[in-house]
Amino acid sequence: MPEHDVLIIGAGLAGQRAALAAAQSGVSVAIMSKVHPVRSHSVAAAGGINAAIDVSDDWRSHAYDTVKGSDFLGDQDAIEVMCREAPGEVMHLEHIGVTFHRNERGELDLRAFGGASINRTAYVADITGQAILHVLYEQLLKHSSVVARYEEWFTTSLIIADDGACVGVVARDIRSGRMETFAAKSVILASGGAGQCFKPTTNALICTADGMAQAYRAGAPLMDMEMIQYHPTTLAENGFLITEGARGEGAHLLNKDGERFMSKSAPNKMELASRDVVSRAEQTEINEGRGVGPDGKGIYLDITVVPRKRTLEALREIVNIGKDFAGVDITREPIIIQPGQHYIMGGVKTDIDGQTPITGLYGAGEVACVSVHGGNRLGANSLLDTLIFGRRSGEHAAQRALSTPLPRISDAALRRDAKMIEEIIARPRSGRRVSEIKEELGTTMNSHCAVFRDGPGLQSAYETVHRLKEEAEHAYIDDSGTVFNQDVLGAIELGYMLDTAETTLAAAIERKESRGAQFRTDFPERNDAEWLKHINTTRGADGEPEISYSPVTITQWQPEERKY
Amino acid sequence: MATFTLRLRRYDPESGGPPYWDEHTVELDSHRSVLEGILQAKGRFDGSIGIRCSCRAAICGSCGVRINGQPGLACHTHLDDALASAADGVIEVEPMGNMPVIKDLIVDMDAVHWKKIQEITPWLINREPIPEREYLVPRDAMVDVTQSMACIQCGACVSDCLAMEVDSQFVGPAALAKAYRFVGDPRDAEPFERLRHLAENPDGMYSCTHCFKCVDACPKGVNPMGQIMRLRRIANDDYDIEDRNNGYRHEHAFVKNIRRNGLLHEADLLPDSYGGKFHPRAVPELLSSLPVVIRGLLRRKITPAKALLHPHKASKEVRAIFDHVESEPKRYELNLYVSGDDKDNEPAGAVAEGAKQ
Repeated sequence: MPEHDVLIIGAGLAGQRAALAAAQSGVSVAIMSKVHPVRSHSVAAAGGINAAIDVSDDWRSHAYDTVKGSDFLGDQDAIEVMCREAPGEVMHLEHIGVTFHRNERGELDLRAFGGASINRTAYVADITGQAILHVLYEQLLKHSSVVARYEEWFTTSLIIADDGACVGVVARDIRSGRMETFAAKSVILASGGAGQCFKPTTNALICTADGMAQAYRAGAPLMDMEMIQYHPTTLAENGFLITEGARGEGAHLLNKDGERFMSKSAPNKMELASRDVVSRAEQTEINEGRGVGPDGKGIYLDITVVPRKRTLEALREIVNIGKDFAGVDITREPIIIQPGQHYIMGGVKTDIDGQTPITGLYGAGEVACVSVHGGNRLGANSLLDTLIFGRRSGEHAAQRALSTPLPRISDAALRRDAKMIEEIIARPRSGRRVSEIKEELGTTMNSHCAVFRDGPGLQSAYETVHRLKEEAEHAYIDDSGTVFNQDVLGAIELGYMLDTAETTLAAAIERKESRGAQFRTDFPERNDAEWLKHINTTRGADGEPEISYSPVTITQWQPEERKY
Repeated sequence: MATFTLRLRRYDPESGGPPYWDEHTVELDSHRSVLEGILQAKGRFDGSIGIRCSCRAAICGSCGVRINGQPGLACHTHLDDALASAADGVIEVEPMGNMPVIKDLIVDMDAVHWKKIQEITPWLINREPIPEREYLVPRDAMVDVTQSMACIQCGACVSDCLAMEVDSQFVGPAALAKAYRFVGDPRDAEPFERLRHLAENPDGMYSCTHCFKCVDACPKGVNPMGQIMRLRRIANDDYDIEDRNNGYRHEHAFVKNIRRNGLLHEADLLPDSYGGKFHPRAVPELLSSLPVVIRGLLRRKITPAKALLHPHKASKEVRAIFDHVESEPKRYELNLYVSGDDKDNEPAGAVAEGAKQ
């Protein structure tokens, strides 16, 4: 049985940063991921990372912008920590090798981004996430004597001891099919988001809510799960992301009359209002018949107003995406976009050191909810979130491990999970296919839990998900092998997604107001008197989500009307 | 919506049997990707088809395969393009080459690709002192290394590297492109040691045979061969590191030869490639080529007068080409990030407007 002081699940930015931080304390560290670390979805983060680096900037300004962006649902103590520590973290990244682009003086260049009151976003062309992820992996290779890597290992469950503490995980080596129990003094979940619950989504196929569901099943509360971010600029057909950096560089949004319609809802920030505001404005144009494209469900993103050389240099990835996936030369003509599912602000509830209410279990990155994003995340704050709270989790988990004995655990969980896999493989071919159920989940969520929501729609989606959960119990697969049996992992992931989607719908039904990404057409106003609080969902004894509330931490910024 | 037939190379390591072909017909719009075709087959017909994939948008680097014999990303190849290059109307998808197959389209990248990456000390060795804030470095230097930073480690270049096919020890295109990312980074303390190591290693940067396969294969425009050539030029020009294959001097001898003669003067090319007729390095080379020269004379391929005197001199036109090329301002060659010219600084809309009129 492998044993480690700190075991990290997920090897995106949060996981790798946690591993490197934990290793600094001299404890034994392992990092496990169902894909090779550089395939993690952090790789797709395009635009950049926010930090108050500029001499005329101040972390308090960054914090205020973040609080306002969150529609005052973010916890301000956590936001202060993130924004105060941001410049140091970006300098650390620069020192270990991230190739941040420079200004003419050779200093880090900063670009404009949505919801920010000053240029504050450091970037590497439009491959910032990729550049940081690959540089962190370089550091993992450099420190391979102190950080063990389990690449292409799939976590099937968290192990909870009788005293309620998390003491390890069960995982399957995807390549050999071998199951193993891992004992650990601290476990850090850093396994990313839940975008595959939606179709279309900007998220990768691996973003299947694994960590959220594992924690939820282990008894941890999920917080702010109703807060699903729809990114304003995604390709209509397949949901691919067009970075906010495009608007940061000056691109316009136009309706079918060629009007820059953002002047109506955000006269000051225009296209660079926060994402929930821009997505709602776009959806309104589309719903009121001013959309573009063959079915009128799109909006023009006009990048031709940006100098071509600048576009080729700083937005190269979307030049390629336009060319390869939409057949459009974005430097010559507008591209049709629409709001698309992109990020989940909610997740496993943690404190500012990444600790969940389950002893020994930490969370960082998209899987977690600190909450720094509240009702709506600002662009270029997600990379920052992963790195700051990844590092803090790693440091805290390592300190905890120094004073904790190694747990002794049985192989009961392993036997249970091995049996579960055997049962999936043995299912008769009488039910539905896993892929069909996943498809129905995605389209259901995208129809009823998107930019605009209402009670009856959410309720019908909730009932659909319930039915899908029952169908998933009998869904069959084709692959009965052990080597790279992706089919059986897909069936397990479907279970993770259904549990997580259920909590999202339960929380969205519960919040009877409009705040951030949650816009209820039946409750169109923000209602601070009743709803300035977090909604937590916990798994009840009957398997249904149970709702509870926790207060929003307010330090210096009282809620006010939100205008851009 | 159109129908496409995919012929997938399958291999089940647990069956004990050999690899086999498996055909599926899928229905998708023709600009959808080969990956989407494979995923449709996997979702509808056979969930046991093995392929690594994640982002669907050519950024995670998971789905490297060979399509109709060409290496690339399945998500980055349109179905209609794949059909156009198919031999018999069926799109053929195989695992990448130069790496052992684990199952179906999944190869063992650890055994080859990642092992090679580890050979080049793949992390920044910091120039001291480390500043309190960021290193101050030229703007263009960071844009420049971004091209090799854009590598997504998909392995497509490794798949079809011809040099690697005959010399499995060759460090290979992906690792060498990664090496440029450090050599070209002004923050790195040891570019000389990195280059010397790559030059002295008999399977290092001089083992590239310049075949362009990696340039064609790369889905991200990283141009691995271009990065290798830049490593070589920096080694020679900036650090006086000797090219063990003599290619550097050969290239210069060639250019000098044409500038003078217009047509190639073989009798000068060889000695000039080794430092001139009287250079000690050239003597054994000249002696060893004597049998070839004698055979050439005997078979009347050359005459003594032509061989030694080479009456041809460079014409005005040839000199004009040299003048034109050499008067160009110095550019970062082959680097997509800073290529372009001044009119690209105009808003592109204005350019497009102009083109319409």
